[in-house]
Amino acid sequence: MVGAIALVFLVIVPLILPVSRLQILGRFLSLAIVALGIDLVWGYTGLLSLGHGIFFALGGYALAMNLSLQLPEGQIPEFFSLYGVEKLPWFWAPFNSFPFTLLAIFVIPAAIAGLLGYVVFRNRIRGVYFSILTQAALVVFFNLFNGQQKLINGTNGLKTASAELFGGQVGSPDVQFKLYMLTIVLLVGAYVLCRWLTGGRFGRLLVAIRDDEPRVRFSGYDPTAFKVLVFAVSGAIAGIAGALYTVQSGIVSPQYMDIAFSIEMVIWVAVGGRATLVGAVLGALLVNWARVLLSERFPEVWLFFQGALFLIVVTVLPDGIIGWFRSGGVNQVRSLLGMAPPVSTFPAVDLNEEIQREREIVQQKDS
Amino acid sequence: MNKILDIQDVTVSFDGFKALNDLNFSMEPGELRVIIGPNGAGKTTFLDVITGKVQPTTGRALFKGRNLRNLPEHKISRLGVGRKFQTPRVYLNLTPRENLELSYNRHKNLFATLLGKPSKGDREEIAQLLAIIGLAAKANIPASVLSHGEKQWLEIGMLVAQSPDLLLVDEPVAGMTDEETERTGQLLISLAETHSIIVIEHDMEFVRQIARQVTVLHQGSVLCEGTMDEVQNDPRVIEVYLGEPQEEVTA
Amino acid sequence: MQGVFDVLFNGLSIGAVLLIAALGLAIVFGLMGVINLAHGELMMLGAYTTFIVQNAFKPLGDSPLFSAYIFVALIAAFFVAAGVGLFLERQVVRYLYGRPLETLLATWGVSLILRQFVRSVSWSIAIGLVLFSLLFWGGQWVLKRRLDWNQLKAKALTILLPLSSAIAIIGGVVLNANKALAKPWFSARNIDVTAPSWLRGGVNLGSFQFPVARLFIIGLTILCLLGTYWFLQKSAWGLRIRAVTQNREMSACLGIPTNTVDALTFALGSGLAGVAGCAVTLLGSVGPNLGANYIVDAFMVVVVGGVGKLIGSVVAAIAIGTVTYLLGSGYLPLWMTQLGLTETLQPLFDFFTFFSTTSMAKVMVFALIITFLQIKPAGLFPQKGRTVDA
Repeated sequence: MVGAIALVFLVIVPLILPVSRLQILGRFLSLAIVALGIDLVWGYTGLLSLGHGIFFALGGYALAMNLSLQLPEGQIPEFFSLYGVEKLPWFWAPFNSFPFTLLAIFVIPAAIAGLLGYVVFRNRIRGVYFSILTQAALVVFFNLFNGQQKLINGTNGLKTASAELFGGQVGSPDVQFKLYMLTIVLLVGAYVLCRWLTGGRFGRLLVAIRDDEPRVRFSGYDPTAFKVLVFAVSGAIAGIAGALYTVQSGIVSPQYMDIAFSIEMVIWVAVGGRATLVGAVLGALLVNWARVLLSERFPEVWLFFQGALFLIVVTVLPDGIIGWFRSGGVNQVRSLLGMAPPVSTFPAVDLNEEIQREREIVQQKDS
Repeated sequence: MNKILDIQDVTVSFDGFKALNDLNFSMEPGELRVIIGPNGAGKTTFLDVITGKVQPTTGRALFKGRNLRNLPEHKISRLGVGRKFQTPRVYLNLTPRENLELSYNRHKNLFATLLGKPSKGDREEIAQLLAIIGLAAKANIPASVLSHGEKQWLEIGMLVAQSPDLLLVDEPVAGMTDEETERTGQLLISLAETHSIIVIEHDMEFVRQIARQVTVLHQGSVLCEGTMDEVQNDPRVIEVYLGEPQEEVTA
Repeated sequence: MQGVFDVLFNGLSIGAVLLIAALGLAIVFGLMGVINLAHGELMMLGAYTTFIVQNAFKPLGDSPLFSAYIFVALIAAFFVAAGVGLFLERQVVRYLYGRPLETLLATWGVSLILRQFVRSVSWSIAIGLVLFSLLFWGGQWVLKRRLDWNQLKAKALTILLPLSSAIAIIGGVVLNANKALAKPWFSARNIDVTAPSWLRGGVNLGSFQFPVARLFIIGLTILCLLGTYWFLQKSAWGLRIRAVTQNREMSACLGIPTNTVDALTFALGSGLAGVAGCAVTLLGSVGPNLGANYIVDAFMVVVVGGVGKLIGSVVAAIAIGTVTYLLGSGYLPLWMTQLGLTETLQPLFDFFTFFSTTSMAKVMVFALIITFLQIKPAGLFPQKGRTVDA
């Protein structure tokens, strides 16, 4: 099923869409990768992170730093001269190496996520406290990058469009097409990873931690270790997504660590349906598509729409679109419109509430 | 040093209020002990101390001769202490089978849980356990749709799956029908053949069914210990439960 | 010596701003367990209310009466924010009690809407909103008189909601054709509130000058603090609020209207946000994004202070304010130079120099907060007792 959809995106969509549109779709697909990471920590483990922008931006910066260093021996990136910096800051040096950069894209975000997770979870700081602290961490990282003109070009960020990658300029249609393909491959990879993590006993333990963490302790598990690992994995996924997004939009800047952007990531998952991986991807694509549609024509309406989306998802559709479908949402609409539910066997059997309930349960298990 | 549990002079105080007051308690391996006591006697705090949720202010708790101070809950659990809560706490979004699997898992560290799979033997044992607690037919539906009594049983099953040496069971029959209560009693008695068990209960009928040794807690300390008949005829116990005017003066 | 004094005063003054912003948050979070991410936007509404009140007083010219506008504005800001908070609680938050993460997301949605609202609001939007309210809630009010309301409810809402929004939107769009009605009231630009003359300038004390506006904010914060304390500890409703916090079921059994108590608590917290918003207009120009600047810091105050005790927030706010100013103002490297320690402790000097800007000081303060939480995870004054963490 997933393979089929991926094939459609790999083969058929590029035939229909021009590269400029494909580039936008590629960006959305990168955002869908972050959504998978968010779903892993929030949907399954119950940790609402409002700071995934940190990891997203770190991945982007790692790649952008490497691309900025494509210079003749002895030169340093141009922006440094604006601030009178003559020597490359020490932490830039390793990014000369492409293999190191590829590692750094996910290892650095994972390490920071793991560290942040460890100092917070170790003290049994949970729930909204965790959310607030991740948000504060986001503000801190924003300040750190935004304020350091001399180290990382501050507010202006790092541009990538004119660097070379895959044998061409990053901004060129050819490379953008390759990046689109790469994004799909990595999205499928992230999906498979999350599927593996949530599918087995480990995944059920995550759900157990979400539902009743103290009880997990009394069963002999140490939830801290599990939460740290999941948060780190999620950070790594966000880092990869950030790197892909950066090269497809041509810039990485501290704006990636905007408070609103990180919370928006949560709404993608919520719209699609938390604790369903397909939902996370679907939600990210739908919301971003809606954003493009709305903000192209009515930029003012977009924030109203987004705000309303938060309210609707929380109050009316807590399980998102996927959850709504699975719990018989279509039938609800039919009954509101005054139609009878579709009958597949004897009406007497179908209308029996006990049987309906059990049938729903079986369906939930199957899906 | 062959006592399975030995509580020595334990006091727990919350902002000056002593939930446990110089409590001494010990238990031999294989014993089935029932603890009764009026509300606020410190029964739940007593279990909290053993399972590591609350640290004793003074005194110490020994399990199989090992001091439990400063051990986190999951380590104590791995030493062989299992606990069932007052209101059933099962994982509602998982099925009974998955609930049992999580408890049954013998290697509870991170990577074993991530990479390991339950073996065939494990799955058979879980199936047996499901049959014992009467949930074989409902093994694959979410635990949230189980009845209250079934959840209580599932939690007892989870406790057994952990295969602890000491079971701490807090009010196992609260909210059960008479028939369910009777069956729970039988289950506990059969478990007592291979485990040490502490049961906290209010239901005197049930206590009479299962109890051999009864300990009465009152205001954070042990009031008396003995067989059910001895305890019931102890004037101090009658005083605590029925209340006498002097009681309030001394308290 | 003057430096120490400067640090203390400025620390206190930053702390006072933090505290007044965090006070309402501490009440709503501490007593109800609700995370209100729209708190900053309620502050923003308070600031805009101040702006409107000031404009209303403009015709009075420079008379002393004009200078008194700030007091009217304080009261107006309180009631406007409290009113919006009340509406928010009744329409959204109360359905989400016990689900703090959902509340957090919902209130964020509200904050987005409020931010865009002050940017776009014009007469046509305002009229459209009134139209919608009349149709939607008025329609419900009429339908509720029918006996079969409970069966009708779902169907009625699915018809009423799209119908009234459609009429309101069409009405708004039609009115928008009129230039005067379509003009935004505030637009996205920042607005400036001119402080009354008596709040400008400073009080000289020896060689030191205290800006009056900051003294006023410190005084206002103390006043709000005392007022809140008195209300919670001494008044009848305060007693009810505390009772509901401790045991909701029991309070309900004793005849305390828990619904009213929730609404009141939330309105009180929101009203305090309004007052805070009014206060910050004295510090500079304000815009639709005002809230975002304060909300995170205010939450840090609550987290460090510990939930449930106001004194915790007070200590935390002053501590965070002082440390932020101490690091950000660059006094530490300066003192080191004066004491001749620069060379012996060069790495430390470099370290402090690196963090001596306002934004870098925030980075350091966060690191300190995280370190602090390693020692006291539940904050300075945690709630103790048997009920914590069931």
